[in-house]
Amino acid sequence: MSASTATPAVQPRRRALLLAGACSVLLRPALAAPTAEAQAAVARFTGGQPVRDGRVVLGIDAVVENGNTVPLTVTVDSPMTAADHVQRIAVFTELNPQPDVLVCHLGPANGRAQIATRMRMAQSQTVTALAQLNDGSFWRHRVEVVVALAACLEGG
Amino acid sequence: MNIRVLIRLPATARPGEVVEVRLLLQHPMETGFRPGADGRTVPRNTVRRIEASFEGERVFAADLFPAIAANPYLAFALRATRSGTLAVSIEGDNGLAQRETAVLTVT
Amino acid sequence: MTRARLAMAGLAGALALAAGAAGAAGFDTRRSGYEDMSPSTQALQRDDTQNPAMLWVSDGEQRFAADCLRCHSVASLRGVAARHPAWDAASAKPVTLAARINLCRTRHVKAPALAAESDGLLALEAYLALQSRGQPLAPDGTLALRPFRAQGERLFQQRFGQLEFSCAQCHDDNAGRRLAGAPIPQAHPTGYPIYRLEWQGMGSLQRRLRNCMSGVRAEPFAYGSDEFTAIELYLKQRAAGMVMESPAVRP
Repeated sequence: MSASTATPAVQPRRRALLLAGACSVLLRPALAAPTAEAQAAVARFTGGQPVRDGRVVLGIDAVVENGNTVPLTVTVDSPMTAADHVQRIAVFTELNPQPDVLVCHLGPANGRAQIATRMRMAQSQTVTALAQLNDGSFWRHRVEVVVALAACLEGG
Repeated sequence: MNIRVLIRLPATARPGEVVEVRLLLQHPMETGFRPGADGRTVPRNTVRRIEASFEGERVFAADLFPAIAANPYLAFALRATRSGTLAVSIEGDNGLAQRETAVLTVT
Repeated sequence: MTRARLAMAGLAGALALAAGAAGAAGFDTRRSGYEDMSPSTQALQRDDTQNPAMLWVSDGEQRFAADCLRCHSVASLRGVAARHPAWDAASAKPVTLAARINLCRTRHVKAPALAAESDGLLALEAYLALQSRGQPLAPDGTLALRPFRAQGERLFQQRFGQLEFSCAQCHDDNAGRRLAGAPIPQAHPTGYPIYRLEWQGMGSLQRRLRNCMSGVRAEPFAYGSDEFTAIELYLKQRAAGMVMESPAVRP
């Protein structure tokens, strides 16, 4: 193949290396940047305030058997006193048809900032748990989850 | 139309103890994204909001979205201070509006 | 010659009985599908406050109180699910637990039969099956069941569908291996009716068998068919002695 038919700005060997690099990223997905819709959903929750990683633990399997029912817990390190407590916990996905999963409203009456539920995942993706404290700060934990599928499904 | 709701909490608790309240609701949580047998999208039918109050004071609320799995399970913590009634209200599509109660005994 | 042959036949017979009898200590390699599941799904099943099937059990408890308590105490129905499918003398054939529930309703309660896979029928089945939880599967030993059980075994060995697979090929020969990433279970019906995550709901063994048949691109047998009853009968014998874990959760 003559050089004139390839992308002129890039040498063939460099293109091959770039392609190889791109493929390796696809095969081993790193924490990809959130989609615009997912970012907008988080921004609605945080009101655009900065979010820091930490204090929140999203308990979810790294590999799940079936995307229909994925158990998860969200725990926030907090004394849950009137002076220092979690006000809201939220969970978002990035590749579901809709990013919002759950928003919980908490207070000192809970005694512990911990919730558990089961969610649906349309495909392997990153799940984000966010917490808003009464001092206005936002914290998060993001986990990559791989979804397997059962065999012999209804309808073939 | 009422749905089946199971509320699980310990029979008794000591004052100040943090107990776990577990809710299990029988509901399809139809997302509104799924094509039905006829090819048309099945309309959304979900539980949208759950609120829990203890002796009239709100202690927990949750906004649920279609990504919550069918037959929703939700667990949250509650600090037991005195005996009383936990009231759980459930709202959702198609006029779902229901209230269930459970008794917590603090000894 | 005759004596030796008789002795050999006796020995072979004894060995066959031992092999057939479930739970011969140290030789039983049978495993429940529970063991093939992820720890999270196992936890779902183990905890009655989290197991979605308990919603149906709760419903079944209410229905039982309304229609069945007049004749049956709950305690008297322990072990019944573990024994079914069982012989029904009136119709001179085996009946599954679901069919038995409907026979009771139409013959004795004078109530209409519940539709196959309806929430009401699954609820009653789940409630009854729960009463056998922890007990070993104990198939009905009525001799008249033998030809039906043999038919079930033939169906288990028969190739079906465009893919021309038999149940045995996957669940006897390849159990433990993976199919499309999921482990192939040995297919012992110790947990039915189940909450299948894939269905996002409750279903009977027959619903699961229909999924299998769709999986090999075969036209599934109808609910309540003689073929399915025969297969159930065989599967329960194949799993005889294994502990019931109903109502189970499966992926």
